[in-house]
Amino acid sequence: MTNKDSKEIQVKPKKELASPAEQTQAGAVFTPNVDIFETDQEITLLADLPGVTADNLTIDLRENMLTLVGDVAPLKKDSEENVLIEYETGKFYRQFTLSNVIDQNKIDAILADGVLRLVLPKVKAATPRKIKVQSG
Amino acid sequence: MGKNYKVIEPDRRMQIAVNHNTSKKEGVVMFYRRLFDFPTWGFRGSFGELDRLQRQLDELYGAFSGGTLPRPSAGVFPLINITEDNENYYIRSELPGIKTDELDIQVTSNGVSISGERKIPAEGNTVRYHRRERESGKFSRLINLSDPVDADKVDAKLKNGILTLRVPKSEAGKPRKILVK
Repeated sequence: MTNKDSKEIQVKPKKELASPAEQTQAGAVFTPNVDIFETDQEITLLADLPGVTADNLTIDLRENMLTLVGDVAPLKKDSEENVLIEYETGKFYRQFTLSNVIDQNKIDAILADGVLRLVLPKVKAATPRKIKVQSG
Repeated sequence: MGKNYKVIEPDRRMQIAVNHNTSKKEGVVMFYRRLFDFPTWGFRGSFGELDRLQRQLDELYGAFSGGTLPRPSAGVFPLINITEDNENYYIRSELPGIKTDELDIQVTSNGVSISGERKIPAEGNTVRYHRRERESGKFSRLINLSDPVDADKVDAKLKNGILTLRVPKSEAGKPRKILVK
């Protein structure tokens, strides 16, 4: 595993939520990996949500809290017996606080190949503008 | 080759899990088995018992702390779940963001190899990152299956970032009922 002629992806165990708020259903809850970056016009969030389809994903934005909840349907049928289990499946949950510069009407979300791309455009007034200083 | 490889069982804590196909592994596996296997237990029997015991302990632990134990694994990306029924092996893995042409799957009569590269596209040069948790890079993993498989009839599906491989067991590998006269 240390032979690195080209960069190898390292395995990381799925991050489980230590003490989730009480759920109505039993099951594990995991924290998805996200990338968040910002340009002058918008903030983009990319989240790895394998196994989540568009109807199982809930994106909630209220009072500057962005909440992602993704349900995963278990694929294993009851007729199958386990031979080797290295990861568990369960819901994905993550919550972020956003500053109040997001234009909530224009949020765009695309879920493809288990990756969510969430684009949050900034309110016009918040995009940086150069202010000319006049001497006088 | 005629050898009967066993799926690497995490309970055995084998250091060799990373280099799956070196012959050194066979020597280590044989050594472990001679030390720890009781003569009356078959391979399958002993693994089944340990696996069941681990699951019961997991459930017990889960009942107290509300969480699952961190699973010991081979330490190679991607993590896989292997299940079986009488006809097939099912190998599942979470591979978000990977397209079918970036994935290379090979099957031999006693194993499967999964390799590829996850690429994360660059987003432009004027971006400021606040968080960067997703990883990209190459991966390669060889999985040995203990029953011989039918390499021609393997089925692979990549949907919503989950890869499911259905690997049918060859006729020689299926359990056969023996009638007692």
